[in-house]
Amino acid sequence: MQLQLRGVSHAYDNTTVLQDIELKVEAGRILCLVGPSGCGKSTLLRLMGGLERPSSGSIRLLGDSPADCLNPLTYVFQDFALLPWRSVEENISLVLEDHALATPRRQQIIDDVLQRTRMADFRHALPRQLSGGMKQRVAIARALAVNPAVLLMDEPLSALDSQTRELLLDDLVQLWTNEPFTGVYVTHNLSEAVRLGHDIVVLSRRPGRIFKTVSIDQPLNERGQNSQALEQVRRQLWQMMRDEAQQAERELLSS
Amino acid sequence: MTPDRNATTARSSNGHGEIVSPDAAGHSGEIDVPFRGGGFSPKPVRGVAILIFAALLLGIEWGSRQGYISNLTLPRPSDVFATFQQLWSSGLLWKHLLPSLSRLLIGSLFGITAGVAIGILIGLFSLVRAGLVPLVAALFPIPKIALLPLFVIWFGIDEASKYALIAFGTFTPTVVATYAAVDSVDRTLVRMGQSFGLGWFSIVRKIIVPGAMPGILSGLRVSLAIAIILLVAAEMLGAEYGIGAYILEAGSLYDLERLFAGVVILSVLGVVISSAIGWIERRMLVWRS
Repeated sequence: MQLQLRGVSHAYDNTTVLQDIELKVEAGRILCLVGPSGCGKSTLLRLMGGLERPSSGSIRLLGDSPADCLNPLTYVFQDFALLPWRSVEENISLVLEDHALATPRRQQIIDDVLQRTRMADFRHALPRQLSGGMKQRVAIARALAVNPAVLLMDEPLSALDSQTRELLLDDLVQLWTNEPFTGVYVTHNLSEAVRLGHDIVVLSRRPGRIFKTVSIDQPLNERGQNSQALEQVRRQLWQMMRDEAQQAERELLSS
Repeated sequence: MTPDRNATTARSSNGHGEIVSPDAAGHSGEIDVPFRGGGFSPKPVRGVAILIFAALLLGIEWGSRQGYISNLTLPRPSDVFATFQQLWSSGLLWKHLLPSLSRLLIGSLFGITAGVAIGILIGLFSLVRAGLVPLVAALFPIPKIALLPLFVIWFGIDEASKYALIAFGTFTPTVVATYAAVDSVDRTLVRMGQSFGLGWFSIVRKIIVPGAMPGILSGLRVSLAIAIILLVAAEMLGAEYGIGAYILEAGSLYDLERLFAGVVILSVLGVVISSAIGWIERRMLVWRS
């Protein structure tokens, strides 16, 4: 399943945040959105998944969704968005309850995603007992439970410390290697982008336009942490972004 | 990491590993690091409350036996206790307590149910909010006791007016607490629900209502405290049986033992209700950190 954006522009009140975005999210590849603060990457992600309507332009889903797909466009949020009063198991069950699934089938899905994210031992724990990394694993498990066509990830590792970030990056690479999925990954961290992205789209500062698209051909599980080529790409991206980021840093958030 | 024994820094370490700082005159003295933290974190001290209660009661008992406190000022605690025993054995306790409890229960059931329902509607629908919030704001400051004559005219002198008064009195604080609680539910949880395709009713049932529970339960404490006050007031103004009626009768006869017996019953009622809500909170809000 592909996601196609044509001429997408968006404005809040009198501020244009996105201008003329033309984008195609290819099936089975991860697209990283990077750019300076306030360039509209999170807004673009919300538009892609239908949580907001674009002021102009079109966002279309092309092709067939995978078998057993319960929710084609699924999010993973920066602040986990777990229900604090439900256990890990019940949080995953939440997104399955409204679909007509027999209880054994639902249980099977829950067991499967907990296994894949290595959270099976914590199925009865409450979110307040979990560390940030564990909570995000539960959120990823919840997203996988609905067998999404496109996984929309909004800075999923930003709220975690850098050690946990490394571990979870490895986990995401492993997940994709075992079962490739289509993903859009918004981040301000260029190291994450070069680790995970098949295609990296650099946005300019507000109003966000597509500055450049960079593709990396190296398979995800071969991108070790000390790769010279990757470091070079990262530096290239930062050079592109640096001036924009500097100027964005000197702007007030609101007038 | 071995310490650098040859460094000529202002601080040095002696053989025991203590950091040794020079004093103001620049000589190397040797003191323990003074403790500057601690405090500002009250801890429960067991038994003090009971001790103070007992001391107070014993003090009053002794004072009235010695004649320092006349029994027109304060009754002897042992006399009040004897009155209790009389109430219990003659069955009069239940004759007064049961009507009071039933009025409290039925009245607050109506008021709280209506309050929570309307509070949720206000929290979810802009039209309802715009229409009802000013109305509730106008009703809130009215002392409900002042409305009792109106309720008697509408509902009669019998039980219905008392149910209505208590219902009305518990309604307004419950509505306010409920819609504030609904507003305070983290909106990102709602967006998450929408992003997974949850329907409107599912989101209300599974995300909004459980999320608003802490606020609703704390509003319950306020409502029930108000309910007890209204109960006593309504009974004083027009009831034959009930704790309020009992207290009024005792007061008019200047029977301080019976009056205090009634007051103690009210106090126990308040403590029981507060503990019950606390128990419900602990069970339902296990998930809070």
